[in-house]
Order: sequence, then C-alpha cells, then structure tokens
Amino acid sequence: MTDLSVAKTMTADPRLDVEAIRRDFPILSQMINGKPLAYLDNAASSQKPLAVLDAMDRYYRTSHSNVHRGAHTLGDRATMAFEGARETVRGFLNAKNTREIVWTRGTTEAINLIAHGLAEHLQAGDEILVSHMEHHANIVPWQMLAERTGAKVVPVKVTPAGELDMESFDELLGDRTRILAISHVSNVLGTVNPVRDLIVRAKARNVITVIDGAQAVPHFQPDVQALACDFYVFSSHKLFGPTGIGVLYGREELLEKMPPYQGGGEMIERVSFERTTWNILPYKFEAGTPAIAEAVGLAAAIDYLGTIDRAAMEASEWALLERANSLVPSVPGMEVIGTAPGKVPVLSFKIEGLHPSDIGTLLDQQGIAIRTGNHCAMPLMDLYGVTGTARASFAFYNTLEEVERLFAGLQKIQRLFV
Amino acid sequence: MSATAEQFINNPLGTRTTIDDVIEDMEFLDDWEDRYAYIIDLGKQLPTFPDEARTEENFVHGCQSQVWLTEYVDPDTGQMYLLIDSDAMIVRGLAAIILVALNGRTPRELLTLDIDELFERLDLFRHISPTRGNGLRAMVGKIRDRAAQQAAA
Repeated sequence: MTDLSVAKTMTADPRLDVEAIRRDFPILSQMINGKPLAYLDNAASSQKPLAVLDAMDRYYRTSHSNVHRGAHTLGDRATMAFEGARETVRGFLNAKNTREIVWTRGTTEAINLIAHGLAEHLQAGDEILVSHMEHHANIVPWQMLAERTGAKVVPVKVTPAGELDMESFDELLGDRTRILAISHVSNVLGTVNPVRDLIVRAKARNVITVIDGAQAVPHFQPDVQALACDFYVFSSHKLFGPTGIGVLYGREELLEKMPPYQGGGEMIERVSFERTTWNILPYKFEAGTPAIAEAVGLAAAIDYLGTIDRAAMEASEWALLERANSLVPSVPGMEVIGTAPGKVPVLSFKIEGLHPSDIGTLLDQQGIAIRTGNHCAMPLMDLYGVTGTARASFAFYNTLEEVERLFAGLQKIQRLFV
Repeated sequence: MSATAEQFINNPLGTRTTIDDVIEDMEFLDDWEDRYAYIIDLGKQLPTFPDEARTEENFVHGCQSQVWLTEYVDPDTGQMYLLIDSDAMIVRGLAAIILVALNGRTPRELLTLDIDELFERLDLFRHISPTRGNGLRAMVGKIRDRAAQQAAA
C-alpha cells in the first residue's frame, strides 16, 4: 500500500538537484526590495514551473476552442487536451475512472459542491464531524448545510502539539454522525492527519468521508483507493499548477446520487420546458465552459512532478524543516505552533513582543515572503489564544540557505525593536 | 470628559511635531532598517488609547492588525483631535505619521486636504508594502468618514 504519510525516511538523502529545479521556476530568480527573493509562502500558493507556463501558452497558441462542442479540428484538440488532463489527474490520485474526477474552481468550490449535494442525506439532529484545525473552507460550507438541514457541525479537538485528539475523535464519532470532513494536512500546523485510520473508523459507521487535500498534494501523492475515502479535493495552484481550477474526486456511486450543483450548458443531456435531464458523470457537475487552459496547466504540473524523484523531494523537504527547527532557539522568544512529529515543512510561529504583521513587513524588506494573519483558521487561532501567527511554508524548490536567511532575518528584526 | 479631552489635545503628534519635521527626518534615512526603526520610534509616541473607545464602531477594518481610532472635537476651536491604537508596531508608527499630518485640523480642512499629495511628499507608499498601504488607506478613510460626520453635525 502507498505510504500515505509524509516522508519518514529522513535519513535518506538522494540529493535533489535543487539548483536545477529552481531554474525551472523563473519567478524565483528575481530581486525583491534589492534582495534575492526567498519565497516561503508556498502553503498560500506555490510557484509555477516553465512546463506549466509553456503548456498553457502552447494550448492557447495551437489548440484553443470550446470543448465537447465544435465540429472542427480545434474543438477536437481542445477536448483531447482537456480530457487528457482529467486522465492525468485520475492517475495522480489513482481514482478508478475519470467519471470520478470533477473539475471545480478550487478546493473551496469542491467542498461547497459536496455540501450542496449531500443535503438530502441529512436530517435535523444529524452531525457533521470536522476538526478544530480546519480551514474556513472546510467549516463554513458545512455550517451553511447545517443551517439548511438542522444538522450540527461538531469539531474534533486538537492537542497542544497540534495533532488531532483521537480520544475526542472516538468520542464524537457517534450514531448521529453522517459526514466526516477533515483536512489531510493542516494549513497552519503542517500536521499530517492519520486520515486512513479516521476513514476506517468512519466507514465502520457508514459515515461519508470528505478529505481536504489542499495542503497535502504539494508534498506527497495521495491514493484515493488505498485511502478508501468518498471524496478527496484539492486546488491546482498549491500543486504548482495555475489558479482557477481544482479537483473533486468522488466515488462514482455517490456522485451519481448527488443532484447537480449549478445549471447551464454542458451539464445537461436534454433540455425542454417540460423536462430537463442531466448529463452523465462528471459533466453533470460541470456547468458552463470550463477552465480548459488551466486543466492543461494542472496536468503539466503533475507531469512535471512525475519527473522528480519523490523520495528525494520528500527527504529534501524534511531537511528544510529540520534545519528550521534546529534554528528556532537562535531567535529568543520564538515559539513554534504545531509540533506534531508527522508534519510537512510548514512553520507557524510567534515571537514574544513582535506582531506577526510587523514580522511579515520587515521580512519582506529583506526579500523574504511569508504569510501572516489567521490563515483562514480562526477557530484554531482561538484555540492557541492568538489573533494570528507568522507562517513560513516551504516547497521542494526551497534551499537550506533560504531557511537560514529566514532566521537571520528574524534576528535582524529583533535587533530593530531593541 | 475633561481628562479625556486633555488626552486628545496634549498629543504632541501633529501639534508640536509637524509633518515638516518628519519629512526632514526621513530624508536622512537611506536604508530600510533606519527607516523602519524611525517609524517604530514614532509609534512609541502615540498617547495611551482610552480603553472605553475600543469599540466595534471605532475598529478600523481592512488592516492586518487590530486598529482603533477615535476623535474629539474641541467645542471652542472646532479642531478635531484623533487617537489611534494598534497592536502592531509598524502600524502604530504609520498611525503616528497620520496623526502628525492630520491631527488638530478642523473637519472641513480635513475634507478638502489632498492627503495623497501629502503622503507622496513623505514618499511613504514607495517604502511600505501594498498590504500595509491598504491599512494606511483604511485609517485615512476612517478619519475622513469621521470628519464628514463631524462636519455634518
């Protein structure tokens, strides 16, 4: 079975050629405020390799037309490219067939689509299990669904180290639980949740499982059949692909039962004023002209990742996190939020006496890009008693030198405030 | 209320410290460290913000940090005095610069003032990140709203 957790083989160091990889990402080789850019905001959005830029450019130069419609060559080319991209995504997730791969605008729309489609499944008093570490995108659509159906959204607790509290999970997974919606990886903490285990427990109670993979896919490849989840969603732009497109994997049987999300062209089989019938999967959920070039771009990103040794990539990312952790004591008053042993290279932190927004501004002056704020996870901020954190998040194209620059930058900021 | 009125009127920012002082000071600072150290120092001069004014109505939306703003109009002179508070030091510094530029003017003066031109003279926007710039604009926008309310009152 595929290893679904993050690289545990941290001793392996097959030497990823990071310098060569960085040449594939043109945006990384620029100066910001007179300093070389250190892009450490990958959990918000990742940068795009030339392969993606070229694929989208080539598509528009040679193949663009609307899909599934034209009685002409370009229509065929566009459709081939678009459906080819769907097949690439199917392979990436190891879904059974492309009927289970629905294009959305991103993770957020995918979760909204699922929540909309499961309304019939819920009755007043039913429960939707989420966790305290969820992104707002995996809370609010469920609250809206709860509002409509009289169901309740129930959050699983998170431990001080930033792990899912399994006791709380077992306690809350009950007779009224109908849906489990949980992130594979936390965007704030970097924690890799034991989703396989959670799915097994949920399935034993016939609970529908929705996995938010937005923060997982940039770091490892999920296998939806091994996970045996009902839904798995992610956004292209965090996976080194373009913005504006995302993926909803859904088990065919469930997608069949769900009503359409939006009405319009493409999603119908026959329209008349007496009776309109829906198109087959996955088109039933794809009203309107889709993001074709973006689908092509996402497929190019997945193909590009396929050329990189996964083990080397994960080992390299682990080395970045290890270096970061080892440098934390060099900044007096720095505290890392999220210290789970199994995590992706995401470092949320606070520094005594410094506001996260000041940290962000003054790192930017040094060419270092991080995110500050509540990270669309206010319940988690409340849990840790902060209004926000600073977050450095790494990708496989980041270097140890950039990690060191981050900490040198933080030390410099501290000196400024003395 | 008189203690509070004094808190407003005794604020040196915009009364004893003028915009020309700040422009002159900033001209001598050529790297980001000195510039930000100066801004942070200015922020330390903000008078204490009254706790009772930390209300939703006085909260400035559109900033990354928490920002509050309140005003007092001197009934004799018609001058509007402002107090601003933030939990972020750089925002406090920017608030201090705003006060230096806008504090103690009448609401009518504030409404006719070309604030963008003023900040251009300060060369401020060039040196602060866009998100910070939004926060600055949010504070200035709130001051203009208050000036408009006071002018209409």
